[in-house]
Amino acid sequence: MQRSFPTRDVLRRPRLRWVDLLVGGALFVVLYAVLRLGLTVTHPFVPSQSRASISTSPSALPYYALRSLSRMFIALGLSVAFTFVYGTAAARSRRAEKVMIPLLDILQSVPILGFLTITVTFFLALFPHSILGLECASIFAIFTSQAWNMTFSFYHSLMTQPRDLDEAARLLRLTKWERFWRLDVPGSMIGLVWNGMMSFGGGWFFLTASEAITVNKRSYALPGIGSYVAAASARSQLGYVLLAIVVMIVMVLAVNFVFWRPMVAWSERFRIEQSEATEQPKSIVLDALRRSRVPGLVAKPFRPVGALLDRATRPFGVADRPLVQNVARRRAGDAAFGLIVAIVVALGSTSALRYIGTEVGLGEFAHAAWLGAITLARVTIVVILSTLIWVPVGVKIGMSPRLARYAQPIVQILASFPANFLFPFFAAFLVATGLSLNWGGIVLMMLGAQWYILFNAIAGAISVPSDLREAMDNFDVRGRQRWRRLNLPGIFPAYVTGGITAAGGAWNASIVAELVTYGHHVLIAKGLGAYIALSTASGQFAKTLTGIVVMSIYVVGINRLVWRRLYRIAETRYSL
Amino acid sequence: MTLTTGTTAILAADHITKSFSTPEGGTLSVLDDISFELRDGEIVALLGKSGSGKSTLLRCLAGLIAPTSGRALYRDRPVTAANPGVSMVFQTFALLPWLTVRQNVELGLEARNVPPAERRDRAERAIDLIGLDGFESAYPKELSGGMRQRVGFARALVVEPDALFMDEPFSALDVLTAENLRTELLALWGRPDFPTRAMLIVTHNIEEAVLLADRILVLSSNPGRIRAELTNDLARPRDRREPRFEALVDEIYGIMTGREEPSKPAAAPAAAAPARPSPIELPLPAATVGGMAGLLEIVLARGGREDLPALAHDLVFEVDDLLPLVDGAALLGFATVDHADLEISDDGREFVVADILTSKELFARKAAEHAPLVRAITNALAASMDGQLPEAFFLDILRRGFTDDEARHQLDIAIDWGRYGELYEYDANTGQLRREV
Repeated sequence: MQRSFPTRDVLRRPRLRWVDLLVGGALFVVLYAVLRLGLTVTHPFVPSQSRASISTSPSALPYYALRSLSRMFIALGLSVAFTFVYGTAAARSRRAEKVMIPLLDILQSVPILGFLTITVTFFLALFPHSILGLECASIFAIFTSQAWNMTFSFYHSLMTQPRDLDEAARLLRLTKWERFWRLDVPGSMIGLVWNGMMSFGGGWFFLTASEAITVNKRSYALPGIGSYVAAASARSQLGYVLLAIVVMIVMVLAVNFVFWRPMVAWSERFRIEQSEATEQPKSIVLDALRRSRVPGLVAKPFRPVGALLDRATRPFGVADRPLVQNVARRRAGDAAFGLIVAIVVALGSTSALRYIGTEVGLGEFAHAAWLGAITLARVTIVVILSTLIWVPVGVKIGMSPRLARYAQPIVQILASFPANFLFPFFAAFLVATGLSLNWGGIVLMMLGAQWYILFNAIAGAISVPSDLREAMDNFDVRGRQRWRRLNLPGIFPAYVTGGITAAGGAWNASIVAELVTYGHHVLIAKGLGAYIALSTASGQFAKTLTGIVVMSIYVVGINRLVWRRLYRIAETRYSL
Repeated sequence: MTLTTGTTAILAADHITKSFSTPEGGTLSVLDDISFELRDGEIVALLGKSGSGKSTLLRCLAGLIAPTSGRALYRDRPVTAANPGVSMVFQTFALLPWLTVRQNVELGLEARNVPPAERRDRAERAIDLIGLDGFESAYPKELSGGMRQRVGFARALVVEPDALFMDEPFSALDVLTAENLRTELLALWGRPDFPTRAMLIVTHNIEEAVLLADRILVLSSNPGRIRAELTNDLARPRDRREPRFEALVDEIYGIMTGREEPSKPAAAPAAAAPARPSPIELPLPAATVGGMAGLLEIVLARGGREDLPALAHDLVFEVDDLLPLVDGAALLGFATVDHADLEISDDGREFVVADILTSKELFARKAAEHAPLVRAITNALAASMDGQLPEAFFLDILRRGFTDDEARHQLDIAIDWGRYGELYEYDANTGQLRREV
């Protein structure tokens, strides 16, 4: 499979416009509103949710693993539902699209773990006396790591639907419902499954990070494999951490084998190009299912339901659009819509800034920006080191079809494996050697981020046509010249995709990598990640808000200034 | 145009104009004041080169796009959304690859809320009628192009449309398959129980139009106008070798290769017209230098004069492939077109037989003289300080009369011609055009 992650269409975006600033401001306001809402409710007290309640007995592990797994799938279900609703709305309504797509773009780039603290406060306030609040917060964290890529992929498929299929659907007078299930969803299935699978892998990291969390001087823990590791780490039980790692690996492999491989193989039937793909993905599980009668038996009772839904949705009308539109009225509507959004954002931002101003002073932004620069330096080192190490390896693997066939699934698993499971070992090492987390943090951030570069380097190398390689062999182009003329240009588009994702991953990881506890030791690195984590733990929410806003500005800004430019060059100059 | 004729009009185009606004604020007209009727019991062909807007016209009538002004009428009612009386057969088949043949055919019935039993029944009949029995549970991927288009026809006909629209339905198929499907379509049309009342086909294939249609509307390009309307009352089944068939084909070739705008001075090779047409008034035809050279070489080998229909037929070319080359050769003065005959000129003869350097020089001289855009670029570069200019300069000018894509396309042709003639060179990295020294 020669696909990058995320698929390249997920990152295809117009340049920065004023609306992006507006949407960024809107996000700021929403965060602030949610935070204030969470703070209005008296602090919840649920003793069973404390970290002490988590057992590190190995016998508890299977149950914890299943709890974690169920969270992952609930989040996936929510992501799919969100994708369908949001993607359809953005693709079908011109006005909604103007706001929804920039919003999604920013949501995709900002560090999700930063939001976690805010959403935890919010959900705890929503369900003050039950475990539901924490469950919701955890599921929401996983959801935010999965949904954006899938939504972009779906939206992009809808926007690039072949014109003749769209016309055929309209002339056949399909209802909105029929069109959605017969054309829109099947047509975007391949991208959806692929991005879903890869995002699901990334979700393990957020699951682990969100199960055990400290907010406002209180530690909370949900029964799950992530809090098991946290508890084992807090009690310095490295053996149990190792055990959890083994269980995690088994779980990732099992989910891949019984769910994602079959899904990927099944989605091949939705390929729009009439020709067959060169290498068909295969799945033993899918073959077994296809041969058995079980799917037919399961589907049977649902058929009348489908027919019923088809009839029930008929009143929504035919999936056609009016040919003539009143331009003047449309423009007036656009202007009114834009004005209202702008006013709400302006009022909200002022109020949020005033809150920060009175709580900690606006000078805090400068402080956070300085810390952000330090974390930026770490992220940059992570990307450069990963590139130097993994690009040559990835090219080697990708240029050999035999190697690639085995290596790419393995790298995919490595990328899914939550790096925070390994943190206790490094923390123990740092404590033992007395090395500073200021440097050690780089290693921790790299643990997760590096795989995206390797994975996409392989994908890029596979996509280089074999006749180009043969021609280079024939003309005896090797060594430095070969790298400059073939290898680097060939993998460049996929590398850019990997670089954006790796950098995003590193920013996210900084929130858990710059503040690490092991046993009674607390290791802190100087940086924006530690700033956010510390202010959250001590309940200084104005600082948390400041930190998140500054980090978001860093990530979005660098994406725009550096990565998008590289991306555009890759699209125009180096696409094969 | 009179809207009252003997037979009822099923569909009508009422002064349809379609234009797009260019990025430079100008408007680009694709269809200009088109009126015609599709009457009960007739097959009409819309014939034109690419860029004549024939597919756009079809889509206006089908209610898929809105005309800029004028109306499309279905049974005297204005079309405001996808036309309920029309089924369409697409050049690319437009089948859903994840549905079987039967599911594809049933799709339109399902949308019309036909009960399952009846749906199955009608789909089965349509599948039998169109010769697909046995393939009901196959997926489109497993079928050949011809069989896929049969599914396209079955899907369109199963809903018993008032009018069947076909957008180049046979042009993605090989010659024999296309011929076979055309014959079967005519056989269906001849059946008394055939529910569809009229057919409208868009094509660039002259013989196909003469074979199928009762009336042929020839559209001109840039903007699309109805240039000629021909009635075809040849008895069916029609025979290609019949003299009247050949005469009609020749007549249409003559119409299509003739100069488009009679108001503008003809770009005759010798006469230097006093008012030279601008790059926007006279766009470059989409012809490569190699393509024109090849055409001239063949014509020369055949004695210097050749009948275009015969040439196209022998080369298994269609009018869309051949006409840009013919237009290009005529524009440069390498050949003249008289009705449906192409005659090579002295310059053309020289261009073909001379050695590579001489023919390059000749080409450069001719292109700089007769191709407006090439001349404009050469002059502008000569007038510039350092002999180079950014491409954006020319694109900006072109965008006054073309869309973004077309402006780019025009410039690409001019770059190709200029590079061959060594008039100027082009650096794709910087987008600079530089005078050749």
